[in-house]
Amino acid sequence: MTADEVVSRLESGMTLGIGGWGSRRKPMALVRALLRSDVGDLTVVSYGGPDVGMLAAAGRIRRLVTAFVTLDSIPLEPHYRAARERGAFALTEVDEAMFMWGLHAAANRLPFLPVRAGIGSDVMRVNPELRTVTSPYEDGETFVAMPALRLDAALVHVGRADRRGNGQYLGPDPYFDDLFCEAADAAYVSCEQIVDTAELTKEAPPQTLLIKRHTVTGVVEAPQGAHFTSCAPDYGRDEAFQKEYASLPWAEFAGRFLADGDEQAYRAAVRAWHEERS
Amino acid sequence: MTEVNGHRVTPVTGESPSPPTRAEYCVIACAEAWRGAGEILASPMGLIPSIGARLARRTFAPDLLLTDGEAMLVDADGTVEGWLPYRRHLALAAGGCRHVMMGASQLDRYGNQNISCIGDWQRPTRQLLGVRGAPVNTLNHPTSYWIPRHSRRVFVERVDMVCGVGHDHADGARYHHLARVVTNLAVLDFATPDRSLRLASLHPGVTVEEVREATGFALTVPDAVPYTREPTAEELGLIREVIDPADARAREVPD
Repeated sequence: MTADEVVSRLESGMTLGIGGWGSRRKPMALVRALLRSDVGDLTVVSYGGPDVGMLAAAGRIRRLVTAFVTLDSIPLEPHYRAARERGAFALTEVDEAMFMWGLHAAANRLPFLPVRAGIGSDVMRVNPELRTVTSPYEDGETFVAMPALRLDAALVHVGRADRRGNGQYLGPDPYFDDLFCEAADAAYVSCEQIVDTAELTKEAPPQTLLIKRHTVTGVVEAPQGAHFTSCAPDYGRDEAFQKEYASLPWAEFAGRFLADGDEQAYRAAVRAWHEERS
Repeated sequence: MTEVNGHRVTPVTGESPSPPTRAEYCVIACAEAWRGAGEILASPMGLIPSIGARLARRTFAPDLLLTDGEAMLVDADGTVEGWLPYRRHLALAAGGCRHVMMGASQLDRYGNQNISCIGDWQRPTRQLLGVRGAPVNTLNHPTSYWIPRHSRRVFVERVDMVCGVGHDHADGARYHHLARVVTNLAVLDFATPDRSLRLASLHPGVTVEEVREATGFALTVPDAVPYTREPTAEELGLIREVIDPADARAREVPD
């Protein structure tokens, strides 16, 4: 599939999970394709980075479900901040562990899972719909009943995949990309390179086979598809470019790097920017 | 440790290195959070807590686990000894084998911490990071805080969003334990009848008045406040020559 074909299967109003973590291995080529479409009114579920910053700045988010939004080396995501401070979307703010167990619940077809997190904090105040559950055993402890974070679609980016959707991560951290796929009705995996199935385990151990094809709807080959976030070991974060993203007003950034068509045009614009600086 | 009105004790060494800087007292105060912690993960957030954790690991808390800031558990010299991606990190926190030292944009007298936003949550005047893992951390394992700039902006009467759970919100949660708050001025703890913050020690050169002035609520101050302990010559050597030879600590807390 192409990134644009993936986006053609998405609809406004959907609940969309986005893999990666902060400014790490985000499916940015898919996010950029989404920005080229008119899909909006989304509920976005993400351990947020520039994916959230861009979609929020572009007004595509109706509700965000997250524990944080950060660019890691730049702690506060400026475009997310600006959108949040002007009240551009609704927020479901939960703890990192609650978020994870919400994905587990969805992947396990459970309505909720108990979590020892949230109680006593204002996560309960700002999410009045959250319920608690008391252990039926002797301990009698009360937990948050974290509702399943079921997704209409998930977007993730990994290092390698085969055409059938077996996805492989080659960096140190899988993040939660397999869970996003399992929690979604349809999951789309972009990768640096599509390879033959036999290639996947030629040099890498089988534990790197993170995503199973039965959880995947479509595969997109997208070299530099996580840019400007990191995709270890293929490339690190493009810190200079991330800084540019964080410093420019959104309209200016989008006008220069996202306006002229496809992913190739984006890569050419980024190359030109780097050349100007050198 | 010495009394406020007593003389400052300097480390007894043969070569007499330059006296400890404020940043180095902060490192020592952070390191002390992990004394006697055993075989648990030290999760320092911020530069000086990181130096403190590595110092503790190299001296009086040799069993500590440390990460490389990404997905690896590493020895003091950086040798990889284990794998701890985020999913395992969250599981480890739930298992309780961790003592985190988090930052705080706001902290109140009962140890409620805010890193989410300033102002009304519905429409904040300043959006910050978000709650991150503060709710799960504070309900599952020991938590300390590091405040590089002790001020009324941080130490407030009431936080705008409770992320890390304080004593008045914990309601007897079974694994809730707030250990200490280290700032650029002092060490605070919760050893009071209502478990509100108390001045535990002053970094040498700081007065009680300075700490009071920089705190936005009435801080409990004991009759005699000790100074934060002196680093040993070995500790100073490790900080200056091995762990932070570039003196990055001085940029976080200038002298």
